[in-house]
Amino acid sequence: MSTYFTEDHEWIAVDGDIGTVGITQYAAEQLGDVVFVEVPEAGASFGKGDDMAVVESVKAASDVYAPIAGEVTEGNGDLADAPETVNEDPEGRGWFCKLKIADQGELSGLMDAAAYKTYCDGL
Amino acid sequence: MGMQTIGRPTAPVVSESGSVQTVSGSKGLLQHEDLIFEIGDAEKTGVDLPVPSGRADRLGGVTRQHATGLPGLTEPEAVRHYMRLSQRNYAIDLGLFPLGSCTMKHNPRLNEKAARMPGFADIHPMQPQRTVQGALELINELATWLKTLTGMPAVAMSPKAGAHGELCGLLAIRQALISRGEGETRKRVLVPASAHGTNPATAIQCGFIVDEIAADARGRVDMADLKGKLESTDDIAGIMLTNPNTCGLFETDIKEIADLIHAAGGYFYCDGANFNAIVGRVRPGDLGVDAMHINLHKTFSTPHGGGGPGSGPTVLSDALAPFAPVPFVVKDADGFHLVEDVEGEGAEAFGRMVAFHGQMGMFVRALTYMLSHGADGLKQVAEDAVLNANYIQARLKDVMTPAFEGYCMHEALFSDAFTADGIETIDIAKALIDEGYHPMTMYFPLVVHGAMLIEPTETESKQELDRFCDALRVVAERAAAGDEALKAAPYLAPKTRLDETRAARKPILKWTPPAPEAIAAE
Repeated sequence: MSTYFTEDHEWIAVDGDIGTVGITQYAAEQLGDVVFVEVPEAGASFGKGDDMAVVESVKAASDVYAPIAGEVTEGNGDLADAPETVNEDPEGRGWFCKLKIADQGELSGLMDAAAYKTYCDGL
Repeated sequence: MGMQTIGRPTAPVVSESGSVQTVSGSKGLLQHEDLIFEIGDAEKTGVDLPVPSGRADRLGGVTRQHATGLPGLTEPEAVRHYMRLSQRNYAIDLGLFPLGSCTMKHNPRLNEKAARMPGFADIHPMQPQRTVQGALELINELATWLKTLTGMPAVAMSPKAGAHGELCGLLAIRQALISRGEGETRKRVLVPASAHGTNPATAIQCGFIVDEIAADARGRVDMADLKGKLESTDDIAGIMLTNPNTCGLFETDIKEIADLIHAAGGYFYCDGANFNAIVGRVRPGDLGVDAMHINLHKTFSTPHGGGGPGSGPTVLSDALAPFAPVPFVVKDADGFHLVEDVEGEGAEAFGRMVAFHGQMGMFVRALTYMLSHGADGLKQVAEDAVLNANYIQARLKDVMTPAFEGYCMHEALFSDAFTADGIETIDIAKALIDEGYHPMTMYFPLVVHGAMLIEPTETESKQELDRFCDALRVVAERAAAGDEALKAAPYLAPKTRLDETRAARKPILKWTPPAPEAIAAE
């Protein structure tokens, strides 16, 4: 399983044709305490870069973009009652949804962990 | 001697104990205040009324089954409750209010005197128009001033606040597009990343699609990005831009931006929230603006921020003027009258936004302000507002980090780059409360990390600006040094640091009585 990152601070962990999507540790720290998360429901389809979810902190509300195109197979329903999970474990239990990947080729446009770290260091 | 026995000590005795815990929770004359439900109880009433007898029930089957649970208070209890709460407030009459992009300037008392004149204060919108000719003339006179100051041919006076004025401008643009037969095709509105949040919200409300333009390294519109967005023009409805922008910077390419938008077939909406920086110096009409709201409660000194209603007259270019909403004042041989209907003189109006003509009380105050300053005085307003903001930037720039190089306009913007790890913008803002100041605008604009946006306005003296800067400098130095005590500020406010996270995650939106059985037993 390999994980890819976007410049907008989403991650996608790929296992076969299913990708698990969330926001990165860096994003979670920048947002501050997350107070509300709205994740997509199973069956919803997104193109790469579409608004897919909403994450709200005390400071601001932000859209989360689909890192690649796909159809949602499962949303993380636990986040509705426990938005703090996004701060506690953004790249683990704080996942947003699972996507059935439409085009594996789109993954090549994303960063790996090392490239993402370099990218964040430059911000 | 004739011994005098009623003397008492009149000088303080120095005490060892620094803080005193009171039984009541009050701190001297800053009294502790419970919720009104906790002061009164539902069992008592503050008013003695006889129990009605022989009363026929005319409510059919909908008679209330339970007591309302409303607290009964005596009149002094009710008066004191609200008086005490009002003393917790902060107001421009109490101190400097440095909220950026809000233009919290002094509200001159002369404005209040004029607004209380019975000929303005005691009239009603439904009076016959021939009995309120003076009021209509005042609206017309104010409209003339607004048109002259902005270099625009028309103004809609009725919008009731800034965002309402934005709505007016965008509805006029939409109506113009409809009249061109392009209402369904031109849907894209360009909005810079630093825009006020109301700009994209208004565009969406009017059925447009928002396309965000990036900011460049100078904090201004990225022209390359803008030109990229204009490669296809068939769907362009317009652009919404603030000038000076929310970084407190003048958009230097504004004429080129206007020309590009017009060439693309779109309209140029200018957010007039920051007009105080340029009033009397720059006419938006000369910059190619098609519509701009004017916050009378900012630039023209009418009360703002809980002190009074807003008022957002919206000036319109020749292209948009025919679509201005009704009602509007016109003058003919018989005097002034209001055009009320979408027919005749108002045939092309996009409709009506409010019941009557707008915020009459604010019109009186704004015109009083204009007449008391004169055109030269209004020019000096902009000059002094910009001077004061630059003074603040100059006095703070060695201990804080200005977001952009060079002079600012009417507001000084800093990032949080100077703070030590773990100290945030909010900690600085909260510590300012301990110093007796309302915090600056924080975390806005979004294009600057941990933004602190300070707008002093022209009505603060150098002495007051110095007091504010002295306090903020000390707080900033503590933030740079990583003073952990800042994390729990304010210490001296009626309430200390609130847990905003918990308030947002687990909001308690309703007071719950401690013993609900007591009410159910009724």
